[in-house]
Amino acid sequence: MIIYGLAILSFSFIIGQWLGELLGKLLGINSNVGGVGFAMIILMLLKEVFERKGWWKPEMILGIDFWNKMYIPVVIAMAASLNVKSAISSGNLAILVGILPVILGFAVFPFLMKTFKQ
Amino acid sequence: MEELLKVIDKNALIVGFLVVGVLAFLSDQFSKKFLKSRIPGSAIAIFLGLVLGYLGGVFTDGSKGISDIEIFKGVGILGGSMFRDFAIVATAMGASFLLVKKSGVLGLVSLVFGILIFFVSGVAIAWVWGYRDAVSLSTIGAGACTYIVGPVTGAALGASSEVIALSIAAGVVKTIAVTIFTPVLAKKIGLESPGSAMAYGGIMGTSSGVAAGLAATDPKLVPYGAVTATFYTGLGCLLCPSLFYYILTFFS
Repeated sequence: MIIYGLAILSFSFIIGQWLGELLGKLLGINSNVGGVGFAMIILMLLKEVFERKGWWKPEMILGIDFWNKMYIPVVIAMAASLNVKSAISSGNLAILVGILPVILGFAVFPFLMKTFKQ
Repeated sequence: MEELLKVIDKNALIVGFLVVGVLAFLSDQFSKKFLKSRIPGSAIAIFLGLVLGYLGGVFTDGSKGISDIEIFKGVGILGGSMFRDFAIVATAMGASFLLVKKSGVLGLVSLVFGILIFFVSGVAIAWVWGYRDAVSLSTIGAGACTYIVGPVTGAALGASSEVIALSIAAGVVKTIAVTIFTPVLAKKIGLESPGSAMAYGGIMGTSSGVAAGLAATDPKLVPYGAVTATFYTGLGCLLCPSLFYYILTFFS
């Protein structure tokens, strides 16, 4: 059943967000901290358990996979509903922050590979 | 016409699906026909989304982009925090602890290195640019990681809409840069084996950029790069608004 997969996703989401709220309170930030990350870890763990038990059925996966594949469209919608007009004044910053670290990443990569081959 | 507007008004979210679908289709066609898929359709669509967000701001003087225009308010629902976080959590199903074990220590080390490199250099550039508060710095640094880590971090810390938009823009620029640079530089940096692809996915992180870049390099490498790249956003979403932000508060 598709709804089972969706329910597992929802369960992970709610528990993860709850943990995020608790961590936020713990750090005294008064906002959700890492709730999405926790939810992802819970979902991965549940997937592991379900796969081991043989409960991870294609029908169920469909319920999660739909939202997995919806993340780009959701990000498109999010981009379209942001205050881009104000951000444009720092447009050069976005380009610098987008490109300079990538160049740094390319420079570091061969060293990382070398270090680990030895 | 009045009846149509009534239907649109009553079913905002459904209209949002339609609008984003049309946008994605046009971007994909543009990518295929004019750019030979060198820049992924999704990256173009996100850029177009930002353009629409800009136009929405120009027309309405609001702060919620295109969704401030009444008939497009459904786009704002679809792109709101609930659906956004839900869809991002769902992407975790593409990864598993078992595969991370297989990709081994190198994958993990590259993930940590990747997030650190991008976050720290993003924060440094933002600092040079004049940002001083830990919330904005973290959000921009997170945006240097991926266009998902940025807004998730920004939303969690309560960053301004402008800074969140900036972090998304930076993340999209990164996706495009990785997509273009990967096939050009692959041989130079020794990106030829599944193992190196896993490390590469961990360093670069942006899954659409890594997948598109590796597809243009060697399609066989795509799943290996994607395995670690999928964890990048999750790890970034966990670290940036918590530990990294916490550390930054001591500096600002």
